[in-house]
Amino acid sequence: MAKPKLKAHVINREWCKGCGICVHFCPKNVLELDDTDKVFAARRSDCICCKMCELRCPDLAIEIETEQDD
Amino acid sequence: MAIKDFIRERFFPHIWCPGCGHGIVLNSLLRAIEKLGMSKNEIVVISGIGCSSRISGYVDFHTLHTIHGRALAFATGVKMSLPELNVIVPMGDGDALAIGGNHFIHAARRNIDLTAIVMNNRIYGMTGGQYSPLSGYGILATTAPYMNIDYAFDTVELATAAGASFVARSTTYHVQQLTKILRQAILHEGFSVVEVLSQCPTYFGRKNRAGSAVDMMEYFKNHTTPIGSKAKKDHPDLIERGVFVEKEMSEYCSEYDKIIEKAMKGRT
Repeated sequence: MAKPKLKAHVINREWCKGCGICVHFCPKNVLELDDTDKVFAARRSDCICCKMCELRCPDLAIEIETEQDD
Repeated sequence: MAIKDFIRERFFPHIWCPGCGHGIVLNSLLRAIEKLGMSKNEIVVISGIGCSSRISGYVDFHTLHTIHGRALAFATGVKMSLPELNVIVPMGDGDALAIGGNHFIHAARRNIDLTAIVMNNRIYGMTGGQYSPLSGYGILATTAPYMNIDYAFDTVELATAAGASFVARSTTYHVQQLTKILRQAILHEGFSVVEVLSQCPTYFGRKNRAGSAVDMMEYFKNHTTPIGSKAKKDHPDLIERGVFVEKEMSEYCSEYDKIIEKAMKGRT
């Protein structure tokens, strides 16, 4: 299987509660919380599209869009 | 179908606290159902009362939000009248094993085809952090300010002894395993119990100085081990996760159909 190519980190800022689970468990340290405690992709190019943030988000607030998803 | 198609978006963001493990159980459950490829009309989610039981409001299947501890009783009724439906019953630890303890053991004994999910955060969150039958010895709670002296049930052992034909455990850290187990549990014909260790950072975490949601998930990562691992032999305190019981047994609704057939013999 070809390596999935990242399209975007789709973050629902309305739903994100800033618990930091995705930030802590990201194996590549891609994510960070901003001043308002909402997640954002600080090191986007490091993302390996493992989607662990998406699977562990208690608020269904983050989604990793890849080109294979089409 | 994407998992967003399985939720009632108008009720989001949900009421659960930041970092609450119940949201992760919801996430994994939606992914398990997505993988099954069933239509939304084939699934019923029935819950009782408590933080965890709010889950039935958020999913866009047939849903029933019932009374405390009695979700399995309602589910038994639904399943008996419409056995072709897949009935999933997410419950909290107190809802399932204190208030609904009797319903739980007897549903297991009958082996009726329901999927019971015990979202175990070891506390009553909604009412302010009282100890539950899964809190365990030495735990602090609003109602145990010095220390809880009750020992906890082992959900897996209890369900196994009561006769459940599928018994498994996972945690909110092990989401891939959890999704796989939930999928297996829904497909299993008979009473399935899935215990999910879930974090309540607001009450259990604060009372017991267990740290943030992240710290509590790190705890699940470091204090659990796959069934029968070498680590368990070296460190007996580790909690095992995986599928403990999976056996074929005659299911209650199909047995009941046989009784109807017997009773109706010779009559129209």
